[in-house]
This record gives sequence, structure tokens and C-alpha cells, in this order.
Amino acid sequence: MSLSPEQVIKIANLARIAIDTQAIPRYAENLSDILAFVEQMNRVDTSGILPMAHPLEAVARCRTDEVTETDHREQFQCIAPQVEAGLYLVPKVIE
Amino acid sequence: MNWETVIGLEVHAQLATKSKLFSGASTAYGAPPNTQACLIDLGLPGVLPVLNAEAVRMACQFGLAIQATVPARSVFARKNYFYPDLPKGYQISQYELPIVQGGQLKIEIDTLEKTIGITRAHLEEDAGKSLHEDFHGLSGIDLNRAGTPLLEIVSEPDLRSAKEAVAYLKKLHSLVRYLNICDGNLQEGSFRCDANVSIRPLGTTTLGTRTELKNLNSFRFIERAINFEVERQIALLENGQKIQQETRLYDAEKNETRPMRSKEEANDYRYFPDPDLLPLVISPQFLTQLIPTLPELPDAKRDRFMRDYELSSYDANVLTQSRELADYFEEVVSTVPGEPKLCANWVMGDLSALLNKHHLDITQSKVTAQQLAKLLKRILDNTISGKIAKQLFEAMWNQEGEPDALIEKQGLQQVTDEGAIDKIIDQVIQQNPKQLADYRSGKEKLFGFFVGQVMKLSQGKANPAQVNELLKQKLSG
Repeated sequence: MSLSPEQVIKIANLARIAIDTQAIPRYAENLSDILAFVEQMNRVDTSGILPMAHPLEAVARCRTDEVTETDHREQFQCIAPQVEAGLYLVPKVIE
Repeated sequence: MNWETVIGLEVHAQLATKSKLFSGASTAYGAPPNTQACLIDLGLPGVLPVLNAEAVRMACQFGLAIQATVPARSVFARKNYFYPDLPKGYQISQYELPIVQGGQLKIEIDTLEKTIGITRAHLEEDAGKSLHEDFHGLSGIDLNRAGTPLLEIVSEPDLRSAKEAVAYLKKLHSLVRYLNICDGNLQEGSFRCDANVSIRPLGTTTLGTRTELKNLNSFRFIERAINFEVERQIALLENGQKIQQETRLYDAEKNETRPMRSKEEANDYRYFPDPDLLPLVISPQFLTQLIPTLPELPDAKRDRFMRDYELSSYDANVLTQSRELADYFEEVVSTVPGEPKLCANWVMGDLSALLNKHHLDITQSKVTAQQLAKLLKRILDNTISGKIAKQLFEAMWNQEGEPDALIEKQGLQQVTDEGAIDKIIDQVIQQNPKQLADYRSGKEKLFGFFVGQVMKLSQGKANPAQVNELLKQKLSG
């Protein structure tokens, strides 16, 4: 399968990656090669096989419902670019 | 053309755990911003989520209560999207293998019962909150809510009107509160609803293009929003236009729905199993042990109320809407045995009216079940009339005292002494010769007038049954 330039742009947008438009043909080629490589798996008959949810043959261990965390807001926020009134500030998402 | 409305609902019920779904941070509502968001909730590198056992237990209880399958194995998946209140860039949810699969809920519409299918219910973490007020052109993010456990409950498209949708939601709301797995607070967002709405020509079976309604935070708004949306869709199709599949927000002030900007709709969630979390395995033994811990559920309680107390289906439904109300009623009944209808009338009538007036729920009632029971006993032993009881009830509500003390203090005992009632009747007859003559010449409607006068003169204390009887004798001369 070969990806179109539009598909490359869409994938970049979904991943929030800015890409150089010059490089789009190269991305299309590389990504298409990766897909072709994975595509080989479609030749295998997987009917009746349970999809693997996790490579480890183990099951989830749960924790008891207890509050174990304390407030460390100040420490967490000292690495944030901008904070105010205890909030993290980010570029506006709704106009 | 006649159109049929098709509605499916997605409800997010916040599970009433102490800590978050995958971290030990508190879920308490209303804390200062970001003081309950830990390393895991913030999605900082190097942390691993660990599942909350209590959230799993609650989801299983819900599954059992709606006769669903709780599969031996369920899997957590990542739902990928970018939004500032989702620090990891993905929400941990369940996709292909949810914890609850295929259940049902019965609703009642105009005394007809209807079964609504529940496709699935899955565990997922909530996102944070974005505050779009002005922070110098920026948005503020509070991540206290991030990671709070939600049970997303998805119905089949089995609902055919806004009224049915509301009945389903109220039933679901009542159920999660009976189970004690969600506080059901719509205002605080603990019980949120999105509605998928479409229409199709009556008699056809293919589904029309649907729109998804969001921002529905009260039962009243849900009904209005769906009704508005159905009208909008009908107008479009009847004008030969098409319906756009989109997410629309309900604006309660304008009573309209409008599309969310398309930027947010370009969703391609790219679900995949979360490699940080191992599959969740639930043993049949665990479920078996859970069954006896389920409380008596609304339907069973309603049926028992109809059977044991001989209440109508309407009364039984109202009284079992919440577990607390049902408990209150049963406490009154147990103290005033043999009079369930009287108890029901008072709980559903005078008590509920005062609760509504003061915007209180039954747990905040100013009159306890025991106090109400004492009052009802005084009606039954003819100490007071029903009318006086209503006055007394208001006085009790206003914390003026216990029923017996109030009766004593205000001299409200019913007059059952025939001699005393006779005297009052004689006085009334004497004062109203014209009405007496009219009555005797055939104007029998005036009987009510005489009853009124006698009751007035006795300050409402004469026993009404006795007044009726004695008055009849005297008036007929």
C-alpha cells in the first residue's frame, strides 16, 4: 500500500508533528515501506486466534482503594512554563 | 411524512471511590486546583498505572445488576487524542473487551414497561478541566479530575422519544445510587450524559445519520435538547437537506443545539491495548461472592411494595426512586403498621411538597420518619383530624416541637364529644335561617356550606365524620 501526500499530512496532524512539506514524498515512501513490511502478517490465517493484549503471560494486580498521594503542586508546577492561581496555563483551545 | 426518533445514550457515571482509577490521588470534589493530581495523573515519564480494585468491584456490581456478562478477561486500551486537559496524550479506556457486556434496564412509560438494551459498560479515566475564562488569552488547566474513575454506560439505540430517554436516565441514575457506586450528582458532573439522536421514516429499519449531543447536565435539559434536535433534523430532511454527522452542544439559555467547531471533530482515536496494563481477569468465584452483596434493587423493591403494602404501581415507583426515600417510608410504615396507604400519601404528599419547596432531599428532611409516624398515629386514634395534622406537620417542619407536645400546647385535640358538636351545629343553624330554609326546600348543595361553618366554628377540631352524620340528622329536622 502506498500513502498519498494527503494521508501523510493527516498522520502528521494526528500526531501533532510539524513536517517540512519538501519532505512529504520521502515520508510517504518510508511510511509505505513500513506498512508493506507489516502487511506481510495479513498472509497468516489468524481466524480462531485470540488477539494478544500483552506480551507477558500475566494478569493485572490491583491496588486497594486508598489515598496514598499528598499534594506536591508546587514542585510539579516549578517545571511548567506558565502557571497562575494554581492552574497550568496553555494556549487557548477555544476561541 | 411521519418520522421515528431513535436515541442511544452514553452515560458517564463517576465511580464513588476514594482514590483514582490508576493512582493513589484523592478524588474528593472541590479541592484547590491541581492539589489532587499526582505524578501518574500528570503523565510524567517513568510512572506506571496500577488499577483500583474498588473500581473493578463497582463495575462488576453494575454488570450483575443489569444482568450483563462480566467476561473473565477484559483489556484496557489507549484512546489517543490531543487536548490540554489530557496530559498523557491518551485516555486509558476499554475498547474491544470491556468489563461489562450486554445488559438491560426496564423503564416504564405511561404504565407500559419497556426493556432497553445496554450494549456495554467500560472503565475509563476522566480528563482534567479546562477553564476558558480570561487568563491573558490563555486557558487554565486543573488536573484534579484527571484519572478519576468513570463507568461509561452505552445503551442500544432502543429509545424512541425524549421522554423515554429521560425515563431511562432516571432509572439508571436510581440504580447506580442504589448500588452506592456513584453519587449521581449532575451539577458536579458525577453523572453525565451524551445523546446520539437520529430520525428515520416511520416503518423503516435503517438508521438515519446521527448527531451527538453534549453538555446535557440536567434531566430537563436532556429532554429539551433532544426535542429541539429532533425538530431540527425533521426540518432539514423535509427541506430536502442532509444531516451532517457531528457533535453538537446544547445551549440551555437559548434552548438550541449548535455544532462544535470541526477542529475538535477530526477524531481518529487509534485505540490499541495499553502496554502499561496487563489484562484484567475476573474469576467466577469473585462474581459469585459479589451477588449477595447487592442491595435490593429498584424493580424488586417496587414489586415488594406493591405486594406487601398493596400500593399502586405509581405509588410504589415514586417511593422506590431512591433507596433513602424507600427506607424512610418503610420506617414510617413499621411504626404505623396496617396503614401503608396513609403513610405513602403523607410521604409522597405533604413531606415531598415541603422537600421540593426547600430543595432538599429526603436525607435532609426536617421531620424524621419517627416524628411523622407519631403524627399519623394521632390521626388514626382520632386525636386530631387530617386537616389539623397538616398544620401540625408544618409546625414540626419548622422545629416547633414533637407532635404530642404541640397538640397539647395548642389545644388541637379533635372534638369527638357528640354533645359539644351538637352545640356547635345548633349555633350554626340558628345563625343561618335562610340557608336552612333553602336546604329544606331542596337545595341540598348547601350541605357543604353547613359543614364548612361547623368546622370553622370548631376551629377545624370537630371530627368530620361525626359532623356529617349529626348535621344530616339536624338539617332534615
